[in-house]
Amino acid sequence: MAKIRGAVVINTERCKGCELCSVACPQKVLSMNENVNSKGYHFAYMAVPDSCTGCESCALVCPDTVITVYRMKPKKD
Amino acid sequence: MEENITLEDIIRPENLVFQKTKLFTEKPLSYCPGCGHGVIHRLVLEVLEEMGISEQTIGVAPVGCSVLAYEFMDIDMQQAAHGRAPAVATGIKRVFPEKFVFTYQGDGDLAAIGTAETIHACNRGENITIIFVNNGIYGMTGGQMAPTTLPGMRASTCPYGRDVKSMGHPLKITELIAQLPGTSFVTRQAVHTPGNVRKAKKAILKAFQNQKEKKGLSFVEVVSNCNSGWKVSPVQANKWMVENMFPFYPLGDIKDV
Amino acid sequence: MKELRLMKGNEAIAEAAIRCGADAYFGYPITPQSEVMEYLMAERPEQRTGMVVLQAESEVASINMIYGAAGCGKKAMTSSSSPGISLMQEGLSYIAGAELPCLVVNVVRGGPGLGTIQPSQADYFQATKGGGHGDYHLIVLAPASVQEMCDFVKDGFDLAFQYRNPVMILTDGAIGQMMEKVELFEQIPRSETQPEWACVGKPATRGRSIITSLELDPNRQEQFNLKLQKKYREIEAKEVRYEKIQCDDAEYLFVAYGTSSRICQKSVQLAREKGIKVGLFRPISLYPFPYEAIESLSKQVKGILSVEMSAGQMIEDIRLAVHDRIKVQHYGRFGGMMPVPSEILQQLETQIIGG
Repeated sequence: MAKIRGAVVINTERCKGCELCSVACPQKVLSMNENVNSKGYHFAYMAVPDSCTGCESCALVCPDTVITVYRMKPKKD
Repeated sequence: MEENITLEDIIRPENLVFQKTKLFTEKPLSYCPGCGHGVIHRLVLEVLEEMGISEQTIGVAPVGCSVLAYEFMDIDMQQAAHGRAPAVATGIKRVFPEKFVFTYQGDGDLAAIGTAETIHACNRGENITIIFVNNGIYGMTGGQMAPTTLPGMRASTCPYGRDVKSMGHPLKITELIAQLPGTSFVTRQAVHTPGNVRKAKKAILKAFQNQKEKKGLSFVEVVSNCNSGWKVSPVQANKWMVENMFPFYPLGDIKDV
Repeated sequence: MKELRLMKGNEAIAEAAIRCGADAYFGYPITPQSEVMEYLMAERPEQRTGMVVLQAESEVASINMIYGAAGCGKKAMTSSSSPGISLMQEGLSYIAGAELPCLVVNVVRGGPGLGTIQPSQADYFQATKGGGHGDYHLIVLAPASVQEMCDFVKDGFDLAFQYRNPVMILTDGAIGQMMEKVELFEQIPRSETQPEWACVGKPATRGRSIITSLELDPNRQEQFNLKLQKKYREIEAKEVRYEKIQCDDAEYLFVAYGTSSRICQKSVQLAREKGIKVGLFRPISLYPFPYEAIESLSKQVKGILSVEMSAGQMIEDIRLAVHDRIKVQHYGRFGGMMPVPSEILQQLETQIIGG
C-alpha cells in the first residue's frame, strides 16, 4: 500500500506557540519555529514534512484552529 | 513509485481534509495559548454547521473567560450576567421553542454564582443545551479558587491549597444535576487529545440532536486546562489535568435517557 | 509603632481590616478588586487576630453572610465592584432595616451592566440615594488616596457601630490598583464583647435579641422609620467631611471626589498659571453630603464645575446646595475613561467662564 502523504498549512500569525499540536502529532512532524510571529509567539511548522500522513490530529487539538490539513489519496497503482 | 511528491502536489483543494469552520468570525481568539476554550468553541460551531442549524441557534455567553464567545461565534448570541445564563436561555427558549438554544459557561459561572439557575433550568427540563467548561479555577479574574478547585490545589484565594475543612469539597455539579429528572443527557468530556476531541464532538452533537427531539436538558461538561491560572505550560497542564482532574471528574456519559 | 509601606489601594483595605480588629470578611472575585480577598487569604488573619475570611459563591451570598455576622455584633466587611454591589442592594436594605453595622467597599468600574473594568464614579446615586428598597442611607466615604483607603476602613467601622448602620467606602479601580505610600495604624485587638443588642445566644438573664427588619404593623414601622430618619439627621449634623484646596481666593470652583479630585488638583494649577483663580472642594463624605459648605462657597465663587467620571450625578446635590444662585455644570468622561487635567480646565472655560 503506497505511503499516505499529507501536509498542513499553518496560519503562523494566529498560532500562539502552545505546542499542543506537536505533542499530538503521532509522526513528530511539527515543532516550534525559532522565528516568532508579530505577537512574539514561536509558531508551529512542519519540521519533518515527509512524515506527515494528514491524520488531522494536530488540527483537532489546536485551540486556535490555525491548521488546515491536506491528505493525498494514494493512487491505485 | 511516488518518491517525488512535493508539498505543492499535496496542498491542493481536492486533498483538503480539515479546515476552519466558516462559523468562526474573523476575530482572533482572546484565550491564553493552549486554552481548551478554543477547541470547545470550534466543536460547538462544527456541530451547528453540520446540523445546518446555525441560523436557528441562539447562544448565551456567561461572565468569565468565555464572556467574549459572541465575538468569535458567527451566530446570534446574548451575553448573560454572571451565573444567569440558564435563566436567560430559559427566557429565550420559552419564547422561541423551535430555536436551538445553548449556554456556554465556566465553573465559577455555572457552579458558584449560577448554582440556583443551573439547578432549576435542569429541574424544569428546559429543552436547551448547557456546555460547561470545568477548569477548576476563575480564569478571567486572575486565578481564584472555584467550586471545582481540587483539594490542596492552589489558587489566588487559596494560596496554600484548598482546605476542604474550611472551603468544602469540590462541587460535582454534573453528578448533582444528573439526579434531576429534567436532564436527559449528562456527560463529561475532555479535549486534550484527538480521541477525546472526537468523543466530545459526538457528545455535543447528541446534545443538540436531543434538543431537536425535545428530550429535555442536555448537559455537556468539558474538563479543560487553565494554563495561566494553574501557572503551567499547556502541555504540562494537560498532563496535570489527566493525573489530577480526571480522577475527581471521571470522563464519560453519566446519564442518557 | 506606625508602619510605612508601599501598597495597592486594594491591599491597604485588606491590611487595614486586619489591623482595625475586623472579625470577618466575606467576598467574591470581581475585577478590579480581587486583590482585597487575595491579600487576606495570603495573610491568613485567623492566625494574626482570629479574623475569618471566606470566599462566598456569589455577592448575594456574601452580603447575607455579612448580615449574619453583623447580627452577632461582629465587625464584618466585604468588598466588590459595581456589578457585585448591585447584587448586594437587597442585603444592604435589610442590614439598614435591621440597624446592623457593617462595611462594604465598592471599587467602582465602568457601567452599566457588565461594562468595563476601568475606573468610574457612576455608582454615586446607588451609593448615596440608596440602591435598595425603602427609606435608608448608607454612610458613604470617598477616599482619594491609598492612605485614605486604609484610614477609612477604621473610620468606617467606627461610624457603622456608632450609628448601627451600614457604611460604604466608594472608591474606584484607579485607587484600588494604584500603589502609594501608606502609614499603617497599629493593631487594634478584636473586641471580646458584643453590643447588648447582638444575637449571641439568649441567656436566662435577659430577653431575646432578635435581628429583623420585618414589621407587620405599619404604625410601628412608621415609628421605626421616624427613628431611622432621626439617626440620619444626626449623621448629617455630625459626620460631614470634606477638604478645601486653594478655595480662600477662588472665583471658580471644581467640586470632585476620589480620583477626579486628584486630577482636578492639576487642573487648579494649570488654571492659576493662566491667572484663573480656581479652587477645589473635595467631598469626603458623600452621605452625609456637605451641602452647607458648598452653599457658603457659592456666595463667594461665580461658577462651579462638578467633575465626575459619570454622566453627572453629584451635580444634582451641588445644585441642591447652591439653589441656582450661580451656574453649576458637569464635566466627566465615563464608561471607564478618565479625563486629563487640561480637558477639565478647558471645560471650565467653555461651560462656566465663557458660557
